[in-house]
Amino acid sequence: MTKTITVSQVNKYLKDLIANDYILSNFWLCGEISNFKNHSSGHLYFTLKDDSSTIKCVMFKTQAQMIKFVPKDGLKVLINGYISVFERDGVYQVYVQEMLPDGVGQLYLAYEQLKEKLTKKGYFDEEIKKAIPKFPKSIGVITSPTGAVIRDILNVSTRRNPNVNIKIMPVAVQGQGACYEIANAIRKFNQLKNVEVIIVARGGGSIEDLWPFNEEVVADAIFESVIPIVSAVGHETDFTICDFVADLRAPTPSAAAEIVVPDIADVDWRLRNYINRLKNALTSKVEQEKQILNKYINSWVFKRPYDKVYELNMNLDKLSKNLSKSMSIYINDRKQKASFAISKLDSLSPLKTLLRGYCIAQDNDKTITSVKQIAGDFNLKLIDGDVLVSPKNIEYKGDKDEKINI
Amino acid sequence: MKKLTYEESVEKLENIVDQLEEGNISLDESLKLFEQGIELSTHCNKLLQEVEKKITILINQDGEIKEEGFEAE
Repeated sequence: MTKTITVSQVNKYLKDLIANDYILSNFWLCGEISNFKNHSSGHLYFTLKDDSSTIKCVMFKTQAQMIKFVPKDGLKVLINGYISVFERDGVYQVYVQEMLPDGVGQLYLAYEQLKEKLTKKGYFDEEIKKAIPKFPKSIGVITSPTGAVIRDILNVSTRRNPNVNIKIMPVAVQGQGACYEIANAIRKFNQLKNVEVIIVARGGGSIEDLWPFNEEVVADAIFESVIPIVSAVGHETDFTICDFVADLRAPTPSAAAEIVVPDIADVDWRLRNYINRLKNALTSKVEQEKQILNKYINSWVFKRPYDKVYELNMNLDKLSKNLSKSMSIYINDRKQKASFAISKLDSLSPLKTLLRGYCIAQDNDKTITSVKQIAGDFNLKLIDGDVLVSPKNIEYKGDKDEKINI
Repeated sequence: MKKLTYEESVEKLENIVDQLEEGNISLDESLKLFEQGIELSTHCNKLLQEVEKKITILINQDGEIKEEGFEAE
């Protein structure tokens, strides 16, 4: 008995098989639209056909809303999507995620692919971008020699610096071969080394018009340039590969000129400002030092140098006065003591005693203090003269038994 | 000094002005820096005066590059 399986099982099996297929999970498909139905739900149903076959497609509202054009029968389109099986009906369809008109679509695809390739090669890395010189002596401009772009660049440049130096390398900016002219111009400037910065510019246009700036040769030339490059291609909202590889992207050619050409009035003002600041800084430094110096000069040490001397003089005077005073006191003191002693002496003077009637008995200048000392004649000294005395009788008031012999 | 580009000169000048304004330097050093600063600013002025307007277009003539004056239409 052969094993049988159900319809559902078959459909499910197919769905899984296809879902697991790498290629069918994400691809770009091109074909012509037919049987186009824009359902009221917002979902789109159509078939894509080529010369010999067709395939059913569905695009749901969320993705369909993003389409930038109006799809209709007969239009050649490029779609991105995956295959899935609608199990209920046993049909497979393309589930469309993105839809582009074919001609442009091809370009867009090429753009995305190149962008991815160059990102991997590091062409867009921030670290390798060169700084734009602030005061370039000479500026290179690669653009069409006719039209508004070169006029705008020159106007802005000369307005900012009347003495600007610009070297123009004229190129075709669209069409076949333009990319080679642009790349060669970049390489030529690098060879001549006659400019310090390059502006690559072109005005607005369609993706086809701007296409030369998305070519790999231009990307290579910019990447290999040692001279910094400012890219100003298309309108503010246009982004080309050239913009990404360049060292700086300007939204418009005029903006590029503003970035690259320093405003001479501003430069001049800044220089003047520096000079003023220099002068002011030095002046205030000198003032500062002057003030410090004045503080020292005005110190009393210099203004009244004799103050110290006067002070010492005054001290000396005071000391002298003290000395004199001390001396007087000392002398007076001694004088007093002396006169005290003298009057005391005076009162003790034997002459005073003599005045009172006393006399001094002397024997050969030796003073006789006792009758026992009398051996014969002796001298008697009175206040006004001497008397030679011969004693008649001596009476001793002491011991009665002691005899005194003359 | 003469070899310095405008950019380098202005940068040095800016440094000197900052240093002088900060003020933590001796009077001798201040005078020296001031002199240098004035020299640099004179040099910058000279560089600015020396530039003459020159807008040219490069023409490839038989492989050789020629420069010609350019007037935008």
